[in-house]
Amino acid sequence: MAKKLMKGNEAIGEAAIVAGAQAYFCYPITPQTEVAEYLAKRMPEVGGVFVQAESELAASQMIFGAAAAGARVFTTSSSPGISLMSEAMSYIAAAELPAVFINIIRCGPGLGGILPSQGDYLQATKGGGHGDYRFLVLAPSTIQETVDLTIEAFRLADKYRNPVMLIGDGLIGQMMEPVDFEGRTAPPRLDTSGWATTGCAGREPHIVKTLFLDPNVLEQRNRKMRDKYEQMKREEVRFETYLCDDAPELLVAAYGTTARVVRTAVDRLREEGVKVGMFRPISVFPFPDEPLRQQALVPSVKAVLVVEMSMGQMLEDVERALQGRRPLHFFGRGGGNVPAPEELVRECRRLLGNGQGGR
Amino acid sequence: MQREVTFAGFGGQGIMTAGKLLALAGMAEGKEVAWIPSYGPEMRGGTAYCTVVIADRLIGSPIVNDPENVFVFNRPSLEKFGPRVRPGGVLLINSSLIDVRSDRQDIVQVCVPCNDIANALKNGRSINLVGLGAFVARTGMVGLDTQRAVLEREFGKKGKGEALRAASEVFEAGVRAVLEGQGAKTP
Repeated sequence: MAKKLMKGNEAIGEAAIVAGAQAYFCYPITPQTEVAEYLAKRMPEVGGVFVQAESELAASQMIFGAAAAGARVFTTSSSPGISLMSEAMSYIAAAELPAVFINIIRCGPGLGGILPSQGDYLQATKGGGHGDYRFLVLAPSTIQETVDLTIEAFRLADKYRNPVMLIGDGLIGQMMEPVDFEGRTAPPRLDTSGWATTGCAGREPHIVKTLFLDPNVLEQRNRKMRDKYEQMKREEVRFETYLCDDAPELLVAAYGTTARVVRTAVDRLREEGVKVGMFRPISVFPFPDEPLRQQALVPSVKAVLVVEMSMGQMLEDVERALQGRRPLHFFGRGGGNVPAPEELVRECRRLLGNGQGGR
Repeated sequence: MQREVTFAGFGGQGIMTAGKLLALAGMAEGKEVAWIPSYGPEMRGGTAYCTVVIADRLIGSPIVNDPENVFVFNRPSLEKFGPRVRPGGVLLINSSLIDVRSDRQDIVQVCVPCNDIANALKNGRSINLVGLGAFVARTGMVGLDTQRAVLEREFGKKGKGEALRAASEVFEAGVRAVLEGQGAKTP
């Protein structure tokens, strides 16, 4: 099949269809409503379920219910909507159900605005809902990668019986790029027969619940979930490096759309002979601590710069990974502003002490 | 090699579609392409713009603040985007609706009376295709024949060839406008 020119939001919808999603529950919110528009048409064509719920709360509880019944299920929303879904997220994680959540992040806090942002990093990677749980979180930076990671998210949700979240900023949702679905197929479905609530005629009832009043029983579950997160840290770390192999002086860490802007800035600096490399986390939980530390501790690297469309969120993970062993700097834009390559070039020059200052 | 254009006008002028058709032509030539819309909180009839990037390698920043080329279809767009054209670049102006020019001396300005051309062909809604024809002919950002093939594919399916005939007519008129000097250079 030839490549198609698709908006990120439409590509997410098609990728979920390819991944074998059986049900999608949603509530519209800019800048991701085209996912719902696309699936309202596509889901019925493949015999799937499309429901525009009365609210994000309802949509997220429908995800909980459908996942408990053993369906491959997902939703998409944007920041304020994701906050409203956070209660159900905690429950779905607690019940160890596979589900995929996609957050096309807009600027906040509060209702904020509708332009791109990466301000939900901490919410996605450290919780959002209550209790001792984690989402596995992936952060694509192109539309093709958004397609591939959406499909992968369904596989990982099944593998760990744990919700997986994809985070993209508004630009990932709104821009169009060529995408290729060639060779992409649905990941094999988890065997749900031992626990899914599918009607108990002729067998013992299955009960999916999250209330465990016996502390020892609940602690057992806490430990089991902890073991899953440890396994994710061993097996699911993903990242990309760009021009890191020739002793760069400065390492820039960025993810998502911001990493693309950094790539352009790195290219321009290289044309001037300034040696800068980029480290791009693709999984942000688990965070690529060890690979980032290795790149940062290459002797030529004088400092690390984190660039985000926030006031400094992934920064905390980078700080943890570096353990104070390299000077760490931050450059952030907010309010829906996307950093420009020119300002990153200036900032890198400034940090390396050769050129005029940045912002 | 990376080339860029920002198309800018008001809602309803077909700005987004013109950009998409150009991006499809870039794809047809095997290039990397990105189409980036404005999606700010705009009113109906408010400003609309998109940027198309065509490159022979992976496209980095989707935000291009100093595009190589800009095509403005209304006056507010000239005021907003005229100053951003990269020095040496081309500013195309829909002179049917814009009666002023940029005072910049470091860019090339090309006037195309898009509305007049489209109206003369009784296809007043298709000023975007006039603009696309003029743009491709003037900048060669994609091959003219590639763009024609994309129009055939996109419009050929609709309404017994009538849509394609109408689209081609205005597109070719845009091409002629710059090749035959109707799109007069200024100053």
